[in-house]
Amino acid sequence: MRRTLGLAALAAALACGGASAQQVNVKIGVLSDMSSLYADIGGPGSVTAAKLAIADFTKDNPNVKVELISGDHQNKPDIGSQLANQWFDVDKVDMIIDTPNSGVALAVSQITNTKNKVFIVSGAAASDLTGPKCNANTIHWTYDTWMLANGTGNALVKTGGDSWFFLTADYAFGHALERDTMAAVEKAGGKVLGKVRHPLNTNDFSSFLLQAQSSKAKIIGLANAGGDTINSIKQGAEFGIVKGGQKFAGLLVFASDVNAMGLQTAQGLTLTETWYWDMNDANRAWTKRWQAERGAAGKFPTMVQAGVYSGLTHYLKAVAAVKSAADGKAVVAQMKQTPTDDPLFGKGTIRPDGRKVHPAYLVEVKAPSESKYPGDFYHVRATIPADEAFRPLKEGNCPLVSG
Amino acid sequence: MFEIFGIPSTALFGQLLIGLINGSFYALLSLGLAVIFGMLNIINFSHGAQYMMGAFTAYLILQYSGLGYWPALILAPIIVGITGIIVERLFLQRLYKLDHLYGLLLTFGLALIFEGVARNYFGSAGLPYTVPESLRGGQNLGFMFLPNYRAWVIGASLGVCLATWFVIERTRLGAYLRAATENPALVRAFGINVPRMITLTYGFGVALAAFAGVMAAPIYNVSPQMGAELIIVVFAVVVIGGMGSILGAIVTGFGLGVIEGLTKVFFPEASNTVIFVIMAIVLLVRPAGLFGRRA
Repeated sequence: MRRTLGLAALAAALACGGASAQQVNVKIGVLSDMSSLYADIGGPGSVTAAKLAIADFTKDNPNVKVELISGDHQNKPDIGSQLANQWFDVDKVDMIIDTPNSGVALAVSQITNTKNKVFIVSGAAASDLTGPKCNANTIHWTYDTWMLANGTGNALVKTGGDSWFFLTADYAFGHALERDTMAAVEKAGGKVLGKVRHPLNTNDFSSFLLQAQSSKAKIIGLANAGGDTINSIKQGAEFGIVKGGQKFAGLLVFASDVNAMGLQTAQGLTLTETWYWDMNDANRAWTKRWQAERGAAGKFPTMVQAGVYSGLTHYLKAVAAVKSAADGKAVVAQMKQTPTDDPLFGKGTIRPDGRKVHPAYLVEVKAPSESKYPGDFYHVRATIPADEAFRPLKEGNCPLVSG
Repeated sequence: MFEIFGIPSTALFGQLLIGLINGSFYALLSLGLAVIFGMLNIINFSHGAQYMMGAFTAYLILQYSGLGYWPALILAPIIVGITGIIVERLFLQRLYKLDHLYGLLLTFGLALIFEGVARNYFGSAGLPYTVPESLRGGQNLGFMFLPNYRAWVIGASLGVCLATWFVIERTRLGAYLRAATENPALVRAFGINVPRMITLTYGFGVALAAFAGVMAAPIYNVSPQMGAELIIVVFAVVVIGGMGSILGAIVTGFGLGVIEGLTKVFFPEASNTVIFVIMAIVLLVRPAGLFGRRA
């Protein structure tokens, strides 16, 4: 548990001199995977991003006092649920943010709805969060499985990858990603030749890769993330998958994964992200601040961590406008009414189903010879505009969307 | 090409071979555990962390001295073995007369410390480590493509396992070790330095884990949690084989690797749990394990 007592003191000191603005108290919880395969995607880096957001916001809004705590859900929905319940009931937390691992996120979303707090999902992917499982207290921020499926899936089918075999992580996220990508592939005219499901956090993919090889599909879709994806690609290189003429589709790959694999292994991978540290000066400047605060000069922030900064900033603005963090539904309604604007994601909107929309970027991983400095991972190949990047509002089956 | 239970035979043979490869890791690791438990009566829960330390040491050796895979295969086990000896001298030797639980708790705590430190410095996404040049590529066996590196893994593990078994069961040194476990006082009376033998045996068991770690580094993700995922399965393997039996650990390691490989073909979602199901059955039928002797 971390407390930003220093920030609270600063805010109090600033408030003393100014006019009597009413003080608003907010408590934020960063619920993430701090120790397992998704820890570099969200984890302590998300806590750092949250700290930066709080520092920037309270600088201009000294009447808002923000407290920050963090916790490790260990990729287990029961632990995540227990932490969420404890935070909401006992620790008076108003908002939970981040939560990679769709199984945990779906559970926490339900709890947030029951307790009328706020949940901003930056880390998890399942598009069900703004689909059948949507509610008035949850906002899905950075990305989702539909966007990944249509970004990467579409692009690959159009460039000739018309037969697919899926390697899927056997839990909510993997199933959602596989389902959305299958739909996208078939809509674009491709065929799905087969699929195999592996347990989350698998070490050895050789037997699954063998099945993928014998299917003779042109594209092997990796509906998994983090350490699972890294292992699949590393071992795929060993088994001569790419030499044999098949290609990997990294359906969910983050900058931290590319860093871990090394460009030698990851080169040529096509993937879709919504934020890349090296895309513009604002991102680069923020990255330097993040690295300094995190104490990790060799690491680069992922889109999930940038999403935590962006989501938290918008939340705090809404809380300041509504003057209280107590009523979750009211704050979320305010967030949906106000267009978003922050240095990282630029201008965007939040839809009635809780989906934040912004452009997506199709990128390709550079070869080692093309990378000029640490962190120089991607060629940005295409931009998918915000109104095309995410699932159309009417197709989600979200109960909040009428008709 | 004919089909067995709906799976083409080529796919099946491929999976069996893969199972053997996985089995080599299980065999190496459970051998280290069996040696440590059989000789020292310590349940070494930090075995997975020491496997991870072997992989990390190989990575660090590459980063700081430029030495590649082959030197690391010798150096990393020695370095990690020395840390094992330090652990034994400082902590474990005080626990020999106590209940097994104390050794388990201590080594479990140490495992958490090692993993936490590694995660603090290196993050959890993992570190890159590539297959050495001489072992790249593979052979097309017709029913599958066998990477050269994986063939090397089977060969090296078999070699190390059989050499260890031979030393313990068939040489004089091994005889001293086995005698010292049964009756240390008497063996000391013969002038043999028992505490030193025990320390070196623990160091050797740890070095075996580190050796497996270096072999795993090019193909599995080198991350702080790589040991934690594997160690639970390895414990199940050791329990099935019989806690003190060297041959049991080797045979069961390879055998269970093959069974897990077959499960991945017919029912992949259960591939995580099949070994524990077998462990439950074996414990009901033969509580001392397949090759174990009743204590």
